[in-house]
Amino acid sequence: MKQDLPPPYTALTRHPMMPRTSHDEAARFNFLTLFNRYVSGTLGAGNKLAYETRVLPAFRAEHGRDPEHRYEIRDAMNRDPFHRMWSALKRNSMEMRHMNGRQTVLRQLDELDAQARQFNEHSGLLELDASIAQPVYQTCVDIHCQPGGYHTEERPGDVTVGANYDVGLFATVGGALGALNDGGGQALVAWAKANKPDWQPERILDIGCTVGHNAVPIAQGFPDAEVIAIDTAGPTLRYAAARAAGLGVKNIKFVQANGEDLSRYPDNHFDWVQTTMFLHELSATAMPNILREAHRVLKPGGLILHVEQPQYGPDMPLFEQFMRDWDAFNNNEPFWSAMHGVELEDVMADCGFSHAEQFVVGVRAVVDPTIFPPSPEGEAEDYGRAAVWNAYGAWKAAPAQELAA
Amino acid sequence: MTEGIDWIARSGARAKGRRPAFFEEPALDRLYSLTLALAAELSATRERLDTVERLLAAGGSLNREDIENFAPDRAAGDERGEATRAYSARIMRGFQQEVEAMEQPDPPIMDWVEKLSVS
Repeated sequence: MKQDLPPPYTALTRHPMMPRTSHDEAARFNFLTLFNRYVSGTLGAGNKLAYETRVLPAFRAEHGRDPEHRYEIRDAMNRDPFHRMWSALKRNSMEMRHMNGRQTVLRQLDELDAQARQFNEHSGLLELDASIAQPVYQTCVDIHCQPGGYHTEERPGDVTVGANYDVGLFATVGGALGALNDGGGQALVAWAKANKPDWQPERILDIGCTVGHNAVPIAQGFPDAEVIAIDTAGPTLRYAAARAAGLGVKNIKFVQANGEDLSRYPDNHFDWVQTTMFLHELSATAMPNILREAHRVLKPGGLILHVEQPQYGPDMPLFEQFMRDWDAFNNNEPFWSAMHGVELEDVMADCGFSHAEQFVVGVRAVVDPTIFPPSPEGEAEDYGRAAVWNAYGAWKAAPAQELAA
Repeated sequence: MTEGIDWIARSGARAKGRRPAFFEEPALDRLYSLTLALAAELSATRERLDTVERLLAAGGSLNREDIENFAPDRAAGDERGEATRAYSARIMRGFQQEVEAMEQPDPPIMDWVEKLSVS
């Protein structure tokens, strides 16, 4: 394998729920996968050059100082002809990924829906709740330009949005998540087993699970545990539960619920509460609500872990912050900028996880290295998409009185 | 094909959320969408041709199902990936050379015309 080439689309595992791609549908994803790498790597370098050679000098000439916030860089770069062209390429690539995914899914929707219904009627892995309202942060725009978001239907009971998410994720992340798009979840299992070898969590909660590609590997990695994967979006859960059943996973349940109100679960109920690439899709109101609920349902001694792209922080250059912010404004991720701009450790502390309990650790997707090359990093990194994350976590301490007893 | 849904029409559904205008001239935004979609289609066609050639070379005959189900082995996958990358590099040459020009800027050609014409 050439280290710098992603594998062909056909290297993905065709689990029973995975929409079947025709030759040309797979070929379009191949093109987009390589095109995305080209745009972020070869052409992405042009953004910094444009900034350093003309945008920054012009800013200094106009203001008599350097930019003080990433938004000032954004305003200036949005007037630069190269950055405009680069953004147009990147946006179109995302839209084309969804168009190809939707064509693939919608032409075979009868089969997919029938298959999902069959799995979901018999597996017992799906628990929908029609009373769950869709939060505004899900309905205001379709996140990452996915038509219909996670929550809408083409017809009652369908699986379109979940199937489209799964079938095209390969192209978005340049093949970096592995054969089942589950390299993130596998990384969490590997991390947990390496750091706490004897740990046997009994109950695990994954909040904002979408198609379960991060929760399923956790269930597989801890087969004695009971995994509850929740999301507000019923149509996506329908696909997720059928996908898990098709993979033969039994110790997981997909429950339609809102993480802001976990009242169906008692205090100190879960050993592990997980979110993966989820917090940035919320709002400044919802995020702390969810973190507080997560703290409440987490057992003393339990683990909370949030996998995210790196927070900006004072040490990150403003230009890199601006590049990482691109998705917020150009790819319908409206909370991305604010979420990555806050001190997440302080937010977690306000929600019950003291600074002393917290840690941050780097996580990299675990994939079969003979087939899947590592995600490009550094200058060639596709900001916001790379399968190299930070995990913001905490081991919840036992209450003081219990320690004393 | 799917019953009761115009799958082609629905596949083009727009993502909710106002699309950024990247250029002053809206036609330019549309032209980018059109050109890139055509680039992807040609890439898929080239890959299909490669599939046909490989199947013919291996078996001397063709059927539609073999084409649709073709999954290259690793060596073939790498060759096709590299061919697609080279194809992308060809169609994206103008963009890539603009980056190169920012890296190694040149003066206007008139500067040289004038310098070289002075003895």
